[in-house]
Amino acid sequence: MYVAVKGGEAAIANAERLLAETRRGDPAVPEISTAQIEQQLGLAVDRVMTEGSLYDRELAALALKQACGDQLEAVFLLRAFRTTLPRFGASQPIDTGRMQVARRISATFKDLPGGQILGPSFDYTHRLLDFSLLAAGETPGGPRGESDPEPMPHVLAMLDREGLIESEIEDSPDAPVPDITREPTTYPADRAARLQTLARGDEGFLLALGYSVQRGYGRNHPFAGEIRFGTVEVEFVPEELGFPVSIGDVAVTECEMINQFKGSATEPPQFTRGYGLAFGHCERKTMAMALVDRALRARELGEEIDSPAQDEEFVLAHSDNVEASGFVQHLKLPHYVDFQSELVLVRELRRRAAAAPGRRETALAGDE
Amino acid sequence: MTGRLLETAPGPGFADPVADSQRAFRAMLEAIARPGTVQAIGAELTPPAPLSRAAAAALLTLVDFETPLWLDAAARQPAVEAWVRFHCGVPLVDDPAAARFALVADPMGSLLPLDRFPIGEDAFPDRSATVIVAAAGLKSGSGWRLSGPGIEGEARLEAGGLPLGFAAAWQANRGLFPCGIDLFLTADDRVAALPRTVRLED
Amino acid sequence: MDGYNFAYLDEQTKRMIRRAILKAVAIPGYQVPFASREMPLPYGWGTGGIQVTAAIIGTDDVLKVIDQGADDTTNAVSIRRFFARTTGVATTERTAEATIVQTRHRIPERALSAGQIIVFQVPIPEPLRWLEPRETETRKMHALAEYGAMHVKLYEDVARHGRIATAYDYPVMVGGRYLMRPSPIPKFDNPKLDRSPALQLFGAGREKRIYAVPPWTTVVSLDFEDHPFEVQRWESCCALCGATDSFLDEVIVDDRGGRIFVCSDSDHCGERRAAGHVGPQPDALGQPVAEEAT
Repeated sequence: MYVAVKGGEAAIANAERLLAETRRGDPAVPEISTAQIEQQLGLAVDRVMTEGSLYDRELAALALKQACGDQLEAVFLLRAFRTTLPRFGASQPIDTGRMQVARRISATFKDLPGGQILGPSFDYTHRLLDFSLLAAGETPGGPRGESDPEPMPHVLAMLDREGLIESEIEDSPDAPVPDITREPTTYPADRAARLQTLARGDEGFLLALGYSVQRGYGRNHPFAGEIRFGTVEVEFVPEELGFPVSIGDVAVTECEMINQFKGSATEPPQFTRGYGLAFGHCERKTMAMALVDRALRARELGEEIDSPAQDEEFVLAHSDNVEASGFVQHLKLPHYVDFQSELVLVRELRRRAAAAPGRRETALAGDE
Repeated sequence: MTGRLLETAPGPGFADPVADSQRAFRAMLEAIARPGTVQAIGAELTPPAPLSRAAAAALLTLVDFETPLWLDAAARQPAVEAWVRFHCGVPLVDDPAAARFALVADPMGSLLPLDRFPIGEDAFPDRSATVIVAAAGLKSGSGWRLSGPGIEGEARLEAGGLPLGFAAAWQANRGLFPCGIDLFLTADDRVAALPRTVRLED
Repeated sequence: MDGYNFAYLDEQTKRMIRRAILKAVAIPGYQVPFASREMPLPYGWGTGGIQVTAAIIGTDDVLKVIDQGADDTTNAVSIRRFFARTTGVATTERTAEATIVQTRHRIPERALSAGQIIVFQVPIPEPLRWLEPRETETRKMHALAEYGAMHVKLYEDVARHGRIATAYDYPVMVGGRYLMRPSPIPKFDNPKLDRSPALQLFGAGREKRIYAVPPWTTVVSLDFEDHPFEVQRWESCCALCGATDSFLDEVIVDDRGGRIFVCSDSDHCGERRAAGHVGPQPDALGQPVAEEAT
């Protein structure tokens, strides 16, 4: 028993060995490669890159393998690696208008310049288990449309031309880009810090909050103005050169929500924006993010703040799953000193209560 | 950056940046945790004049691209500027009110008034300046009478080369608590500190 | 550890943390925001304390790590092993030999000395958090030193229970200005915070705050004239060493409700036994498994 509560170096080493064995599973089954994860579990890789805030498909695949497929654990692994990397500076803003589009849909217009492109999507599949996947085999190649050089302007830009939607607030190009990993967030947070936090935020948490908005907790009448997924070029201006150079392509998903706004004393009625962006193909995440981004603009738009999704401190302080997972799971650590303190207290309170009939209330101090 | 052509290459910084900055930091931590004590910063350095070894070590240990630095006129020498830019990557600012760190090489001429450095805000008193001052000498056990956090009863500290009105100016700074600036006094390879909490009597 | 810097953190991160620590010492009890990094250990498991220790530790230091007062609890072993791997510094289980003590939930029984630094792991740094969940509000309350709400909360305890019903993480006033959470140490340890010769540093990684109590600084546990602060007491002594003045853990020894009490501070207990003190049941727990921490 003494050993059970107080484990030492040997116990920890054994646990690590057992974990490695569990990870490998039955050795008669071929080991999965990170290339297989990268290629065949790509959406898992995308989520880990997004919430791990590091664009590296191979490392994300490695993290998933090491984490036995546990996505939050994989996100944590990637973050702990990311934090040791030197920071060279901020890239130029990516231009999603120049995206090589693999998928682009708008729920607000039947047709639009550039067209609607379904691309690879679960949307209209029937969710029937495909037993043919149980047997390994070749998958027929996908259809190839004619490569489409037609430009694809943003749907919201078209509305913007009519003045129906608020203009995007342009940041000064020389203004420093805030970095929530270098400066702790203070409240009220500016939009850049908010979007960074949401982009790293847990998909499940944002999904639930976005859903709550749709169900009336801070309702803001969203329409999916545009969702696009594809690759964009990333440019960087090295100090010594002074002009942008391309450093590669990244795959991103972008969602622009259009939301109603009744207008205020100074603003006529118009549509407002909610924005979501994620690495890879993370459509659900970007939609939820856009809903929550718009909900969090309540203060700026002079709307009443009465729902969880509109509460900036509540949302931003609880969206990070590395923080949340760590703190929830720290309850596994021994707390017997605190618990002993509570035992002593409760016994004493009970003694007093017994000695003074009529006072039967006892309560624990509400600490962690 | 348009590239700053250096007349001469800046001299070396710490020989062992990881270990030397750790040692220097611990000396500074000990100094600010125990006002009145004088700590050796323990690094071999040959910084450009007028930087003392301790002042140079403090800069190497604490400032970088995130902490705008103000140099007083005496310190604003091309060799010093080149040295701190090269080793610390620190932005130099002309306005002391914009500085997170300040280096005062000529305290007689440019230490006062203290309130030109940021004193922080009531909600964020940590956003105040840390001022590194070149003293003419540091001695513990005599001089000012110090009391406050970090001091058991009373401590004595003597710092040479400070302007006449310094003690009064410091009392005014202390009156701003929890806002206020913090001072590191340096001489040769030694450092002492006056955190804003310290009461100082002549 | 190959590929990582001494003490894991990169030098830029250390500078940032060092600046925060110096400001924390200059403003006793005030929580300095800092850009806490992800560490290879989970948030809530000591990342704040680990970052503080990593920023101060040098090759000459001797490190002791405890959790619940003991050196051999799993998390203490894990953190000690982390520093042994990333710094190669000497580690110890003896309070007297340590230059840095990193702790979760206890202060060692042996009085700390002027050459020592104690680093507390802090889960929730904000003492007003249970009264006001909003950072914007609590920050204002600290700025104005408006701590009436805490007194009201404690007084409600007195009205309901006849005493203050807070047993650990008991709020304190530091240097007469800032209300501070001492981390979830039992209130038994609160008196050790007051006018300690050692420097006391507090790190909250997930909440991104560092704060400090300089040596010899007054730390007063909140109380009322008619309900003065008091610490826990036990009717038993330590079964192993017979100590009557240490914090005791309750250990259930059978399924019939049998229990004994032992020192939570394993070094203190061991030191006493080595000096010949014997409790009523010295063999109650068998021989603890010896673990050499390297």
